[in-house]
Amino acid sequence: MNVVVCVKQVPDSETLVKVKPDGSGIEEAGIKWVMNPYDEFAVEEGLKLKEKNGGDVTIVTLGPGRAMETIRTALAMGAEKGIHISEDTFDDDCAYSKASALAAAIKEIPHDIILCGQRAIDDDEGQVGPILAELLGIPQVTLVTSLTVDGNTARAVKAIEGAQVTIESSLPCVITAQKGLNEPRYASLPGIMKAKKKPVDVKDAASLGITADAKIKIVRLTPPPERAPGKIIEGDDPATKAQELVTLLREEAKVI
Amino acid sequence: MAKNIMIVAEQRDGVLRRVSFEVASEARKIADDRGEEVAAVLLGSNVKGIAAELGKYGVDTVYVADSEIFQLYSTEAYTDAVAAAVSEYDPAVVIFPASVQGKDLSARVAGRLATGLATDCTDLRVEDGTLIATRPIYAGKCNADMIVTGTPQLVSLRPNVFPAVEAAKAGTVVDFKPAVGEVKAKIVDIQKDTSGTVELTEADIIVSGGRGMKGPENYTIIEELAATLGAAVGASRAAVDAGWRPQKDQVGQTGKTVTPNLYIACGISGAIQHLAGMSSSKYIVAVNKDPEAPIFGKADYGIVDDLFKVVPEITAAVKKLQE
Repeated sequence: MNVVVCVKQVPDSETLVKVKPDGSGIEEAGIKWVMNPYDEFAVEEGLKLKEKNGGDVTIVTLGPGRAMETIRTALAMGAEKGIHISEDTFDDDCAYSKASALAAAIKEIPHDIILCGQRAIDDDEGQVGPILAELLGIPQVTLVTSLTVDGNTARAVKAIEGAQVTIESSLPCVITAQKGLNEPRYASLPGIMKAKKKPVDVKDAASLGITADAKIKIVRLTPPPERAPGKIIEGDDPATKAQELVTLLREEAKVI
Repeated sequence: MAKNIMIVAEQRDGVLRRVSFEVASEARKIADDRGEEVAAVLLGSNVKGIAAELGKYGVDTVYVADSEIFQLYSTEAYTDAVAAAVSEYDPAVVIFPASVQGKDLSARVAGRLATGLATDCTDLRVEDGTLIATRPIYAGKCNADMIVTGTPQLVSLRPNVFPAVEAAKAGTVVDFKPAVGEVKAKIVDIQKDTSGTVELTEADIIVSGGRGMKGPENYTIIEELAATLGAAVGASRAAVDAGWRPQKDQVGQTGKTVTPNLYIACGISGAIQHLAGMSSSKYIVAVNKDPEAPIFGKADYGIVDDLFKVVPEITAAVKKLQE
């Protein structure tokens, strides 16, 4: 089975995001870069599919030079090879551009199933998976929490509002991974050592024949609105404090 | 020349979901700003009867594609239909709800139409004739103002943020028969959640429990308070990872982003990743016996005390209020 997993390098979720004074971006100094947490579920699922069906897992990443480290992490988990679409100035705000780059690379390699994280925790968009599927002309299932592949059929479960739905799709298809799909393994020390020697093909946009043609742009970043400071409710006992809270919620906040 | 606003309404089991009215109202607002009209696309089976409801919320024309093929959602059939509607109606802007279905569909449509999508937006406005969409990024640590430079401009709106405002317009129903290609990914089973409680992402009030709950059996006090308030029940990652509550109840960066009027956090410390999921709640209440818990920095009202004593008292006080 030819498994392809798209992986993105993002700032760690603990990062204290600071908007630049001119609102043009965030301060990158001191950011700890990690594999997008949802992509870990994708890598793990890819490895499980390979272990069950044979074949190999190829990691595809679009990103600047530092993103190579994240590819190595995925290789250390057990993937066989990687493709690094290395761009420092690639338009990072446009999902269509990003998906186009990934599609151009993936088109050239055998792919029976493509796994991605359901969204990246920096842009929180969740668009690249679906656009990638559209550009490759294959079906998609997003937010998958359970996956089984039987021959040429993928059977995926996802949550919608108020229900769990099961979707069957022919292969190849794009699956985007949601928390709960699996428990990602840690890279072992031998895995980390082996990863250093695994092949990673480095490409750039030009070599893939694509130009970044942005369909959307960020015009400014702003910090979120400040919340007014709150109050700690005092009282002699839990009952008194509870009563005071309920009174405030009814009369001051007017939310109950 | 692309003109006017199109919305993609969402129905399930023959009932329009509230997000459809939120999106219609916002489309009406933008259309009025620009002197334009609002059309809706409604896909489903036996849904002609509900189409006119969209007129109540400002929609001028409803293009209804009524066919068995649209009875259940499929990315491919719905994308074919929306793309056909765009081709026929030539809107300048297409607005989707950022529901589970809406996010899946809008992104695929962006790929189909080779255009940009500002997704899961919390604000939309016209500034000097340009449509600006605002969306939270970095788990809500900052907001991004975006302009779609592609055509049409696609936007999806976060549920429960934009009000559904009645503004009676014609809501004229027009039959629409889009060509649909092969559908390779289909729903084969649906299991409705039996708990019957309100969906978290659309709830007005949420009562949530975290590590301080100490075990699954203790959630009865959360559930009782929630039932009394007509609220949804949420959980922190700690509670979900411990197996006390299901994944679908998780609020936070790797769970759900919620936008209630009131969020009551019980035994939740307030880690950055949890705040990411609930910090845009209108009012936040925290009950925690640790005075240093970071959640108190975000709460409008805080009670530093034992939640096992306080939460049942809150329930009792609310019941008294309701008498």
